[in-house]
Amino acid sequence: MTTLPASTDKKLGLVIDLDTCVGCHACVISCKEWNTGSYGAPLSDQDPYGAEPSGTFLNRVHTYEVSPPSGPAQVVHFPKSCLHCEDAPCVTVCPTGASYKRVEDGIVLVNESDCIGCGLCAWACPYGAREMDQAEGVMKKCTLCVDRIYNENIPEEDQIPSCVRTCPAGARHFGDLADPESGVFKLVEMRGGMDLMPEQGTKPVNKYLPPRPRDNPPEIDVLGPLLAQSTDEATGFFGWLDRTLEKL
Amino acid sequence: MHPAPSIILFTALSGLGFGLMVWLGLTPGDKSAWVMGTFCALALALSSAGLVSSTFHLGHPERALKALTQWRSSWLSREGIVAILTLGCFTLYAGFWVLLDQRIPVLGWLSAALALLTVYCTAMIYTQMKSVPRWNMGLTPVLFLGYALTGGAWLAGEVTWALWLTAALGLLQVAVWAIGDGRFADTGSSTGTATGLSPMGDVRLLEAPHSGPNYLLREMVHVIGRKHSQKLRVIGMICLALLPLALGLVFEVKHMLAGVIVLMHLAGLLVTRWLFFAEAEHVVGLYYGKR
Repeated sequence: MTTLPASTDKKLGLVIDLDTCVGCHACVISCKEWNTGSYGAPLSDQDPYGAEPSGTFLNRVHTYEVSPPSGPAQVVHFPKSCLHCEDAPCVTVCPTGASYKRVEDGIVLVNESDCIGCGLCAWACPYGAREMDQAEGVMKKCTLCVDRIYNENIPEEDQIPSCVRTCPAGARHFGDLADPESGVFKLVEMRGGMDLMPEQGTKPVNKYLPPRPRDNPPEIDVLGPLLAQSTDEATGFFGWLDRTLEKL
Repeated sequence: MHPAPSIILFTALSGLGFGLMVWLGLTPGDKSAWVMGTFCALALALSSAGLVSSTFHLGHPERALKALTQWRSSWLSREGIVAILTLGCFTLYAGFWVLLDQRIPVLGWLSAALALLTVYCTAMIYTQMKSVPRWNMGLTPVLFLGYALTGGAWLAGEVTWALWLTAALGLLQVAVWAIGDGRFADTGSSTGTATGLSPMGDVRLLEAPHSGPNYLLREMVHVIGRKHSQKLRVIGMICLALLPLALGLVFEVKHMLAGVIVLMHLAGLLVTRWLFFAEAEHVVGLYYGKR
């Protein structure tokens, strides 16, 4: 049923630290690698080695420049995937019941054998989290690696989403955002985790941690070191040599 | 939004067909079986051709019947169900009239009500999209119903009604454009709110996540379609309202002229329906620094 559950037992989701992300795109690649070979249809590419390559990705990293009213601009790398919204507009528009939000953990999934590829859910998502696979004609989206997190056949440290497992900077965190004792909950409390486009009323589960304010760098005189080529303060052997040669 | 020809044709043709059903159901007059049969065949052909063309943009049309299951939450599902009910009810009404020469007004009224409900459901598919602010307003269903009733009136030969409705539709369309132009700004959404970075300063895209186009950009950030929107608005308004009104008021509308006016109305409808999609800006464009 594409009606949304009134509440979910858990709210599994990601917390993404915009202060730490270095924009390496490793999460993009590991997501594609894991999800093209597991749950559902592969994530196809079109014209991958040609002039206009294009393909299905469940996670993408944008890079923004933020210019404060005063002081230097700052670069912020911004990974974006499904936010597993509590009030997910993509689920209710689905005419076939292929899209659903799980009552047990809040993950938003697509049952691909029911998907007719109408694309309405992708229209309804304000975040661009859903992409229609051009080869398969079904909607693809982040599954929160549902086939890893409950998979007891893989080592325990791998039982987290692929993007979280791979992030070399530790900018991605996974956990239950409904549990006040969880690490992700505390992280959101401590760092002022925020929602994306709250005005859309989607109540995203995933949170973003804002970049910490940068230190004010000291005034740097770019030409200073080049202009101040003085030997006055030289001491020791070189000082003696300098003074002696100066007298000649 | 990408103005897919299949969706433009679907909404335009099915709107005309259901609009014609409304008039045939409410004011059928005293048509002979042959005349009524021709009108009903036209209404059924237009509405079902629209429904068939809407399946062309599906990734898996063979599963289309599954789309009838989620009427509790999905306007698309509701539209499918109500459309089928309308076609069934109207076919029954037309069948009794044409084949058995029996007129059952109740079936006609029911067909008219169901036809209006179908058009309303179609409109709500777009109206419900908070992610597309231009569509997300109460005037959108009014506009769709206005198009269906006006086009239907021209097709049904209800000239007096058609003239009044054409004038009203022209004004309504201009109002929808004027209000729609400000809808995106009204939401307050910006790249700053989309990224949550607005408290830090002005946010602009420095590097896109991919060098080429992708599904999101092709489907939802369609810039080319709205490049000539002002010119298209003028062309659409001339075809849709100004010429039909001028011709209809100056000359007596008989079969030939009615045919010309219907074709002009259709041309105007296709232009304005193109703009309905092409001008609609999806908020996901904010992540790409585009609208």
